[in-house]
Amino acid sequence: MGRYWRTLRRFWGTALATQLEYQANALIELLAVSFSLGGSLLLLSLFFGPGRELGGWSWNQALMVQGFYTVFDGMSSTWLRPNLGSIVTHVREGTLDFVLLKPIDSQFWVSLRTFTPAGLSEVALGLGLAGWGAHQSGVVFTPAVLITVLVMLMVGGVILYSLWFLIAATSIWFVKTWNATEVLRALLASGRYPIEAYPAPLRLLFTLVLPVAFLTTVPAEVLLGRVSLPLLALGMVLATGFFTAARAFWMFALRHYTSASS
Amino acid sequence: MRDVSFAIAPGEMVGFLGANGAGKTTTLKMLCGLIHPSAGEVLVAGHRPQRRHPDFLRRITLVMGQKQQLIWDLPPMDSLRVNAAVYGIPDRVASRRIAELSDLLELGEELTRPVRKLSLGQRMKAELLAALLHEPEVLFLDEPTLGLDVNAQMRVRQFLADYNRRTGATVLLTSHYMADITALCPRVMLIHQGQLFHDGALDRLASRLAPERHVRLELEQPAPAEAFTGLGQLDRLENCEVNLRVDPAALTSVVAQILERFEVRDLEVNDPPIDQLIGELFRQGSL
Repeated sequence: MGRYWRTLRRFWGTALATQLEYQANALIELLAVSFSLGGSLLLLSLFFGPGRELGGWSWNQALMVQGFYTVFDGMSSTWLRPNLGSIVTHVREGTLDFVLLKPIDSQFWVSLRTFTPAGLSEVALGLGLAGWGAHQSGVVFTPAVLITVLVMLMVGGVILYSLWFLIAATSIWFVKTWNATEVLRALLASGRYPIEAYPAPLRLLFTLVLPVAFLTTVPAEVLLGRVSLPLLALGMVLATGFFTAARAFWMFALRHYTSASS
Repeated sequence: MRDVSFAIAPGEMVGFLGANGAGKTTTLKMLCGLIHPSAGEVLVAGHRPQRRHPDFLRRITLVMGQKQQLIWDLPPMDSLRVNAAVYGIPDRVASRRIAELSDLLELGEELTRPVRKLSLGQRMKAELLAALLHEPEVLFLDEPTLGLDVNAQMRVRQFLADYNRRTGATVLLTSHYMADITALCPRVMLIHQGQLFHDGALDRLASRLAPERHVRLELEQPAPAEAFTGLGQLDRLENCEVNLRVDPAALTSVVAQILERFEVRDLEVNDPPIDQLIGELFRQGSL
């Protein structure tokens, strides 16, 4: 365990040093994030006239959902895209060989090799927005509520990671044709709005099959105190299931990689 | 790959020869566990490579001339620190090893300059350092001198010979440059169309590929072509310069006859150059 921890520190240390080589990028990223969030808020405001609601959610409550969406979008920019997006490069350029020959878990390596600190500003922005929306909605922040939200955000993170990783792992077969990032972004974008804003079949899809509801709507509902225990348990079960599936699929993909490449 | 069987003793330096696509890289990848053999068995350092057991991975290393593991935008030192952490090498030990190896490789301030600013030769040496930091017992080197200028090639070669002598590591090497193989590998394996065509000393391969010896003569007086009948295959006859190809078994008697028949100013017996032979072999694509 100590070795993994030390390795992670080196991974992120070098990632940070690489970013510092290109400082202008961080600034551009921050600007892009701010503009994108501004655009999202404008879009969201179009749904709300005076006194109108979206799927039973008021403007302030919907801001919480938008806030959590921004958190996960930031997490994607910080962690998922830089790492999982480079799996395809590893496969195409054959550098996955170097990873596979290291005495360390290859999923650990390809999932945590780097991070882009610029995305953290988006995470902070999202948390701020969700907090502000919650405050305006009259939410009382008790320790129990905060811990539950944190746990559900982690559940959402694991689900998003596992989905993304599953798709990224297919690049071992579809080296050139697959752009996992775009598919995932589109999927995540559906989490911008409260799940109740969607028709029933999509609600089912977004809860069980591609559980984006657990990323944004559920944490917001935790804050509003209207989430049931079974739903929280379902979230954890799904997170565990998706993570296990992602892990198993990676092992399967590697067997294919190592028996077919030359 | 079909019917390829061999054993390599610890500390040996073995060269893999073969045309593009002959199966050199496939063999190497099979030995380090990146490709599963569809049939047969591979054992390296007591392990089945395809399981990629951590203990096995700590004992081997792979260097690929066309691919790099160093982080492009950062100095090699950062990549070395990452590798030290991955292999669980304590900082103090890693620093000592880096100092030793960079001494041998003649790397100094290059280790603190971004990789993208290094020359190809410096980058390759840094790659070698990164690959050897965990003191592997078995080195798999796939075209380690690819694209390097003659000087850099020679330095890498010298380093590998030194490293093998000092540590007793086993080295398996593929190269397009015959000079790498002749300088480093007493034992050579020639893989041809997925099969092991030769396994043994390099000069034995030479005699197998070209059974004749080359005899070069310089005569005092020009002689007609007929004068050489029965001595061997006449390759060249220009005034006093004569080149003959002679069956090795008949070599001594042929030389005796030449000295008897002609007034000889100079006489030389040579093996045909090995790289030329193998180059021809690869060009023809068949044996």
